[in-house]
Amino acid sequence: MIHRECGVLKTSYAADMALYPLPIARWTVAGLAVLFFLVIPLSLHEYYLSIVNLVSIAVIGALGLNILVGYTGQISIGHGAFMSVGAYTAANFAVRLDSPWPVNLLAGGLMAALIGAIVGIPSLRIKGLYLAIATLAGQLIIEWIINHVTFISGGVQASIEVPRPQVFGYVVASQRDMYFLLLAAVGLAVVGTLNLMRSRVGRAFIAIRDHDIAAELIGIDIFRYKLLAFAISSFYAGVTGVLYTYYLGIANYEQFQVTVSIEYLAMIIIGGLGSVLGSIFGAAFVTLLPILIRYAMEAFGGLFFSQQTVLNIIPNLRLILFGALIILFLVVEPEGLNRLWRNIRNYFRVWPFAY
Amino acid sequence: MVDWQFLVLLLTNGVLIGLMYSLIALGFVLVYKATDAINFAQGEFVMIAGFMVAVALGAYGAPLPVAAAAGLAGMIAFGFGLERVVLRPLIGRPVVAVIMATIGLAAVLRGLGPLLWGAETKPLPLPIPDEPIMWGPLFLPPIQLLGGALSVVFLGVFGWFFLKSRQGVAMRAVADSQQVAMAVGINVERYFALAWAMTGVVSALGGVVWGNLLGVDVHLALVGFKVFPVVILGGLDSIPGAIVGGLLVGLVENVAAGYIDPYVGGGTKDFAPYVLMIVALMIRPYGIFGKKIIERV
Repeated sequence: MIHRECGVLKTSYAADMALYPLPIARWTVAGLAVLFFLVIPLSLHEYYLSIVNLVSIAVIGALGLNILVGYTGQISIGHGAFMSVGAYTAANFAVRLDSPWPVNLLAGGLMAALIGAIVGIPSLRIKGLYLAIATLAGQLIIEWIINHVTFISGGVQASIEVPRPQVFGYVVASQRDMYFLLLAAVGLAVVGTLNLMRSRVGRAFIAIRDHDIAAELIGIDIFRYKLLAFAISSFYAGVTGVLYTYYLGIANYEQFQVTVSIEYLAMIIIGGLGSVLGSIFGAAFVTLLPILIRYAMEAFGGLFFSQQTVLNIIPNLRLILFGALIILFLVVEPEGLNRLWRNIRNYFRVWPFAY
Repeated sequence: MVDWQFLVLLLTNGVLIGLMYSLIALGFVLVYKATDAINFAQGEFVMIAGFMVAVALGAYGAPLPVAAAAGLAGMIAFGFGLERVVLRPLIGRPVVAVIMATIGLAAVLRGLGPLLWGAETKPLPLPIPDEPIMWGPLFLPPIQLLGGALSVVFLGVFGWFFLKSRQGVAMRAVADSQQVAMAVGINVERYFALAWAMTGVVSALGGVVWGNLLGVDVHLALVGFKVFPVVILGGLDSIPGAIVGGLLVGLVENVAAGYIDPYVGGGTKDFAPYVLMIVALMIRPYGIFGKKIIERV
C-alpha cells in the first residue's frame, strides 16, 4: 500500500492480522479502486488495456503459485499444465454443453485443482529437487495427453475456439469489457488470498513451510494441507488458464508449455516469495518486460544495428534479460521487488527525519 | 508373434542412445555429488559447448583438435566463472533458489547462444563415416558408437578419480560434509569450482557428440530434458547410476516408441521416460545406486 504508516499501536492479535492495519488503509484501497475502476479504463487506449489485461491474468496465476511455493514451501514446475487443464476443460464445456462462462470458469478451476492435487501426491513423500522434477514430469505428461487425446484437444492443431463470454446478456467483446471482467477476478483472487492466509488453513501452510516436522508435531495434518495447497494453487492456475482462453478466444496447448511454468516461477521470485503484493509486482514486471524490451529496441536498436538484426535479437535479448533478472534477484535481493518496496516505505516512514 | 529383428534393432539403438544420455547425465551427477547443487541447465551447457565447437570448425575453419580444445577450454572457463558468480552466493540457500538460478541460467544461455553465433542450425562434422555399420542383425551408427564409448571411458575415468585420486577423495569429503572438510584443511570453494569445471568438460564432449548427431542450434538444449529421468532412475549422486539410468531410459523410450507410437501418433519417446521416472520416484526416490539419505516427509 502507498500511504505512510504512523501511529501503529496494536494491542491484540486480531488487530495485527486485520486486513486494514490502519484506518488510512481504507482510504488507500478506496483510492486504488477509483484508479482501477474509473481512471485506467476511461483513460487508456484499447491496446494498452489489452496489456493491462495480460497483467491481470498473470496476477491471478502468480498469486496461486505463490500460495504453493511462497507460503507452503513446495515447488511446482507444472503450473503451465494446470492452466491448460483449466483452459481445455472450460473450452470443452463451452463447446459441448454450451454452458455459460461462470460455469466454465468454475469447472476449469475445479478440474485443474483435481489434477493439481493428483500431481501433488508425490509431495507427500518427497520434497525439494525431487518434487520439482516430479511436477516437471507432470507438466510434460499432461501436455502430451492433451496433445494426443482428441476428445480433449478437439483434433486439428489441438485448439478449440470459445465463444465470447456474456454477462447478463451483454457480450464481453472489447478489451475494455474484458478489463472489468478480469479486474473483478483479480479483486476476488487478491482478497481471497489475503483472507486465506489469515485463516487457520493459511497458518497451517506457513507452518509447513517453516518446518514441516514441527508443524506435524503441533497437530497439522501435513498430507491434507499439502494436497490442499496444491489444489488451491492449481485452482488459481486453472482459472488463469480459463481467463487466458477467453482473452485469446481460443484454447491452445502451446500457450501453456514448460516455459510458462518457468515464467510464473520467475514472477514470484522477482516479485517476492510469500507476499501478495509481491505476486502483483512480479506478474506486472515479467509480463511488461518483453513489451518494454521491444519498445526500447525499436526506439534505440536502430542506432546500433540494422532493422533486420533488431528484429532477430529481440527474442534472444528477452530470454537473456529474463534469465539474468532471475539470477540477479536470487543473488542480490532474494525477497524480491516486495522487499525493495518495503525498504522504500520504511525510508519514508520517518522522512524527513533521519533516525 | 514377436518380430525379433525389430526388437533387436530397438534394443541396440536404445543402448547406444542411452549411453549418449549417460554422457550428459554424468555432468549433472558430478555437480550434484560434489556441491549438492542441481543443474537445470545441463542441456544448455551441452548446447553452448556444441556452439563453441561448431563455430570454431565452421566460421574460423579451425582443425577439429583445435576446435575441440577450444570448446573444452571455453567450457572449463565457463564452469569456473559460473561457480564464482552465480553458485557461490547461493551456498546454504534453499534448494528452490539453486533450482531457479540454474533455470534462469538456462534462459540466459538459450538467448546468448543464437545471439552470439546465429540462430541457424550449424553442422558439426566429425571425421567418422556416416553410413551405419551392419553387423549381423545389428545396425550401428558410428557416431552413436563413439558417444557410447566416450560414456564408458568417462565412467572409468571418473570412477578412478573419485576412488583413488587425492582430489577425488577430497571432493567426496566435501560432498559428505562441507564443514568437516573445511576443518581438515580442504579448500571447499576450490573443489566446488573444480566440480563445475569437470561438468564443463563432460558437457563439451556431449556437445560434440550430440551436435554431430542433431546439428547445433537452440533445440540441442532439449536433450537436457532427458537428464532428469536418467539421474532419478540411476541415483542422483552415482556415476554408475548415470550409466545404468541412461541405458534404462534409452531402452524404455526406444521400445515404447517402437511399439506404442504407431497407435498414438508419435511423441512416446518424450513421454515414456517420465512415466518410468514418476514410478521410480514413488517407489525408490534415491534411485538404483543413490545414497539412501533422501529426506522423507
